Amino acid sequence: MSNLPQKNKPEEIYFYGTCLIDLLYPEAGLAGMELIRREGVRVIFPNDQTCCGQPAWNSGYRDEARKVAAAQLRCFAKPYPVVVPSGSCAAMIKHHYPALFKDTADYEAAVELSKRVYELTEFLVRVLDIKLVDLGEPTQVALHTSCSARREMGVAGEHEALLEQLDNVQVLQQSHKKECCGFGGTFAIKHGEISTAMVREKAAAITATGATTLVSGDCGCLMNISGHLAHQEQELQSQHIANFIWERTHHAE
Amino acid sequence: MQSSGDFHARVRTAVADSNLRVSFRKAMDGFMSKRLDAFPDAEALERLRLRGAEIRVNALSKLPELLERLERQCQANDIQVHWAETVEDGNNIILDIMRQHDARLLIKGKSMVSEEMALNHFLEQQGIECLESDLGEFILQLAGEPPSHIVMPAIHKTGKDIARLFKEKFPDIPYSEDVDTLTRSARRILRRRFYEAKVGLSGVNFAVAETGTLCLVENEGNGRMCTTAPQVHIAVTGIEKVVEKLSDVPPLLSLLTRSATGQAITTYFNMISSPRKPGEKDGPEEVHLVLLDNGRSHIYEDDQLINTLRCIRCGACMNHCPVYARIGGHAYGTTIPGPIGSILEPQKLGLDNIGELPTASTLCGACAEVCPVRIPIPQLLNRLRYERVRNDGTALTRGQGSSRESNIWKAWSLAHRQPTIYRIASLLVTRLRALTPNRLGAWTEARKAPRPASRSLHELAKTNGFDNE
Amino acid sequence: MSDARNKILSRLRGQQPVINETERYTALKTELPPASNLIEHFRSRMASVRAEVHLVSRDQWPTKASALLKEKGLTKVLYAPETELGKTLHNSCSDDELSRLVSRTNSVAEWKEELFFDVDAAITSTKAGIAETGSLIVWPTAEEPRTWSLVPPVHIAILDAENLYATFSEAMQAGGWHKLMPTNLLLISGPSKSADIEQTLAYGVHGPTELVVLLITET
Repeated sequence: MSNLPQKNKPEEIYFYGTCLIDLLYPEAGLAGMELIRREGVRVIFPNDQTCCGQPAWNSGYRDEARKVAAAQLRCFAKPYPVVVPSGSCAAMIKHHYPALFKDTADYEAAVELSKRVYELTEFLVRVLDIKLVDLGEPTQVALHTSCSARREMGVAGEHEALLEQLDNVQVLQQSHKKECCGFGGTFAIKHGEISTAMVREKAAAITATGATTLVSGDCGCLMNISGHLAHQEQELQSQHIANFIWERTHHAE
Repeated sequence: MQSSGDFHARVRTAVADSNLRVSFRKAMDGFMSKRLDAFPDAEALERLRLRGAEIRVNALSKLPELLERLERQCQANDIQVHWAETVEDGNNIILDIMRQHDARLLIKGKSMVSEEMALNHFLEQQGIECLESDLGEFILQLAGEPPSHIVMPAIHKTGKDIARLFKEKFPDIPYSEDVDTLTRSARRILRRRFYEAKVGLSGVNFAVAETGTLCLVENEGNGRMCTTAPQVHIAVTGIEKVVEKLSDVPPLLSLLTRSATGQAITTYFNMISSPRKPGEKDGPEEVHLVLLDNGRSHIYEDDQLINTLRCIRCGACMNHCPVYARIGGHAYGTTIPGPIGSILEPQKLGLDNIGELPTASTLCGACAEVCPVRIPIPQLLNRLRYERVRNDGTALTRGQGSSRESNIWKAWSLAHRQPTIYRIASLLVTRLRALTPNRLGAWTEARKAPRPASRSLHELAKTNGFDNE
Repeated sequence: MSDARNKILSRLRGQQPVINETERYTALKTELPPASNLIEHFRSRMASVRAEVHLVSRDQWPTKASALLKEKGLTKVLYAPETELGKTLHNSCSDDELSRLVSRTNSVAEWKEELFFDVDAAITSTKAGIAETGSLIVWPTAEEPRTWSLVPPVHIAILDAENLYATFSEAMQAGGWHKLMPTNLLLISGPSKSADIEQTLAYGVHGPTELVVLLITET
């Protein structure tokens, strides 16, 4: 774990909420912003942000993706870090924007932006070196790290490190923990049979741990797994990692 | 040619087959843990993968020169080199060799290129018997089925399936489900045929340009038999299998066997550099090398897609693929299944025909993570999805993106690039959440439909005192 | 078919690709077993793939070899009497032991049936060994043809520990192979095997069921 000295702590950051969080899990986004603000950093939420463009990019619709992505580029003009509470959307900007904008006028801007993008847990751990005090009741959770967070952003360790800081939280180990939950964006619609077979086994592995809460850093996975759990009428709760941490470390007024 | 409807039909059958899923899962779990054990030092593995990638990239970047050098070296060693632009060319070259020797039986070692050529079918139409001698391939030939995995072809068959098959095909042999007994029976049956065959065929794992050496990786000894016992040995390979130097071989071999089955090395590593020389007492009198293109030189033309050709056919990508684990190899309907098949085969057979395959992935990246030569498979899947739907007249392979899908993305793009439209739309979504349909097609067959929140993050950010700029 | 050749090559030449590999390989970390452990490493690797390894002294190997023939009930064992190894073996054998050894110096085609169905074992030399993977490097010759280490059910290989290399690369470099590859060069690492049926290992699929290595050491 790198612990950068506090002097590297930026005074302000941009928060990129992602479209899924905006409409389905806004409390997760808000929690991420609160966590950063509590560390004394000014959090800016540009009002014009919408979607990173990944759904179209991954479906082959590059022109459509580029038009949407170009609108995002303009939201983050100042050289502040951009923090994204999703491994998948962070990876889109960090790793795929340069390819998406190759040979266009926006290429330089895309490359510049890609260099200051952080996944939320990465930012909390590596940049802010956050210290958490757990105020919650003892609980057992299962953690699902998205494939983008694990493989593209390389922040599986940061997810785990944050949960480890919570004294009353025990993370239970599931089988095949590194395996994809079967979401994959439009994959879940286009190849519903395969996706269902995948999420069924993922949900079973998580349920088998006996955890009361499923925690994940990506809302796509959460929507997929918790959607299946609800369909199966399983009682397991699910929460975005930001929301989970904020609720346990925040002094209610 | 198949359609995407065929793919979905095969997938439905496969995911409904719980035996298949259990046996693939068990096999994949075994492969994954063996591979992990074979690479105990993660840092050493990454260095070795970089080396592997470098060797393959180097070979591809000078492919035409290396092919010519391979040809020169082989010819200097008395190996006869044949070039086949298409599958038909390749099959006819082999037929001619068979006819020159008046051979009625071709005994075969494992060769995915010969599967690609549908060589058995072709020769059998010409009255020539083809006999697979790799145990797994032998079993599948008896069953009349194609391989479902490139390293473990009969992985979908249970011991019982095989026992029943042997009983049906060889009624004189007592029924047994014992693996050793079944293996001994196969040995006896095939031993006689190795003895008889005038011509043997093998694939090639690496063809070394520097020395004109054909390398073969195997465990059973059938590859050695096919290349040693008959008077004529025919090796078939794709043009991409060439490597520059002999010293490129050890790192690639180490990556290949450890990635494939977790073995430090296979039982046999066979390096063939010439036919029998004067004074030698055995070995084939003729060795032929058939270099097959079949679309590879087209793949070669693209700076990104060329990376498909790095592949050394270890099968690790399929062993680690959560989609492959659920549907098995046959559902893909192609010679090479799994992630590598999903990028390779559509480039050879056309996105028009099997453009569905690149979409059958969550892009989870497990394949790229284990690929011993670092092929960026998810990026190539993404690229092929683009090629399939792009509509600017420059697509590499004419696509078949539906106009309905294309219109959906156009509308999506419009809504998300205009903050005002997006805000109005999200306002509608959050305020009218009670009207959200409970059924969203395939999604809700196994999941509850997500409900929009009552206030979007845009609104919450404002009400909680976060700055807008 | 030279037409195909030209078409393929000209297509390949038409577009010189630029392959972007962002991360470059630096240097391979050596994974060589320490020199003193070569023998032990070789032996444990071989054992892990069910090969039988016997450490023997230079004087003792023929005695061990002939004892193994008796022990395993091998009555028709190929050997090459014209090689140094063959001579040594021949000279140290009793009459009973000699009766188990057969020599065939003509083309294999002339006695193929006997080789395929009647011979119990073959004793051959080896060029070298590889400790890292537990492999024999077999370089067949006119005296010891390539089918000998393949067709009979038992292969007895004699390896001098002096010829043990840490890795495949090292053996290849030391042997200067790139200058003159033989007709056929083999790495043999255990008896023939398959896991094609239910991923269960079965031995002796097409090649030898048993691989016996006599590893000659000074002590």
